[in-house]
Amino acid sequence: MQQEVVLALLAKEPSHGYELRARLGQALGPLGDSMNAGQIYVTLTRLEKAGLVSSERSAGLADRPDRKVYELTAAGQQRVAGWLAEVSWPRPDLTEFHLKLIAAAAAGLADPVAIVDAQRRELLRRLREAQRAAMAEPDGSAAGLLLEGIVLRLQADLRWLEACERNWTTRRKQS
Amino acid sequence: MNQTPSTQVLRARGLRKVYGREAGLVRAVDDVDLEVAAGETLAVMGPSGCGKSTLLHLLGGLDRPSAGEIWLNGQRVDQMSERALGRLRRDGVGFVFQAFHLMDELTAVENVELPALLAGRSPRAARRRAAELLDRVGLTDRASFLPSALSGGQRQRVAIARALSNDPLVVLADEPTGNLDSEATLDVLRLFEELHEAGQTLVIVTHDARIAATADRLVTMRDGAFVDETRLTGGSTGQLGELAGLTGLDG
Repeated sequence: MQQEVVLALLAKEPSHGYELRARLGQALGPLGDSMNAGQIYVTLTRLEKAGLVSSERSAGLADRPDRKVYELTAAGQQRVAGWLAEVSWPRPDLTEFHLKLIAAAAAGLADPVAIVDAQRRELLRRLREAQRAAMAEPDGSAAGLLLEGIVLRLQADLRWLEACERNWTTRRKQS
Repeated sequence: MNQTPSTQVLRARGLRKVYGREAGLVRAVDDVDLEVAAGETLAVMGPSGCGKSTLLHLLGGLDRPSAGEIWLNGQRVDQMSERALGRLRRDGVGFVFQAFHLMDELTAVENVELPALLAGRSPRAARRRAAELLDRVGLTDRASFLPSALSGGQRQRVAIARALSNDPLVVLADEPTGNLDSEATLDVLRLFEELHEAGQTLVIVTHDARIAATADRLVTMRDGAFVDETRLTGGSTGQLGELAGLTGLDG
């Protein structure tokens, strides 16, 4: 995840690190569990060095880093606006798997169909996990929407594996 | 999973179904061995034409195998008389089909009570059971509707309620989400999960990855044979965070 995510979370209002973490937690649900608790502070420190956020200690509180209130600088606000307008989309990396099948078949090292089967087993396990997590979310939950996206992507990948299976079983029969 | 025979609700050995002969011979099901434990959900996946529907028909006594043995709850099924097989289809097995197969001229509750009536239950007991089942699938308020007045997802839920009418040993589902949009698919998924939690034994034949992913165990079929088997339960893949792109927040 990028620094911009943390910046954009700050756009609502000046906040403590733990408040940002709570907002992230709400948006990510069970997916946020894998996040390291200290990551957000590391990112905030970097953003401060880069001049995108400034911080101030809350009055009358101990000097724990936790007690700092962070705020976007003008440069930070500009970066957030730019990020929101940016069109970026994660690239699914299918090429590596595709070439693996081709190389395995060409060298006679492994059966491409068996490789497809193994991949399907793994993706179905992930789909099961994502689906269960999605079904456990209450209606209208932000994390549920993200989980649905993961479920749909896995379904798309599994459909591609079906196409791979068809293609390679046909080739195997012809050879 | 316990492998002792007593926990196996459904078992098949050397199951075959062939059509045609000589050059035109088709091995729809080719030497399949299968065991389904009590309370287990098994999914069978495979490309269309791989023989998975034929397999399901054999298991449920809708069709007879060319060779091999089928045991349901310790009872040999493949050699039963037509009459005994009819009883088995009615009481021992619940079917769910892709195209629902409801009776168009009967209301939802009449469809659901039909198997109980055919099994000789009193009309009152059959109606009470049907009402319970409709409640279980969330369709109490649609009990008096004809299938034509129901959505696809609702029709399939009625069909699932009907499949449960005689407390079958196993529910056999053939592409149960094949005709449904994604929201209705989700309803059916939830329902199967509930049945699973209630201890119902399920065999689902599908090429819908979502419903296959609800199973405890998955077998892949190709050209009539089982070619791959995997257990989906047990342990997290630990991949959820990575799948969401949460591979570190340090930019």
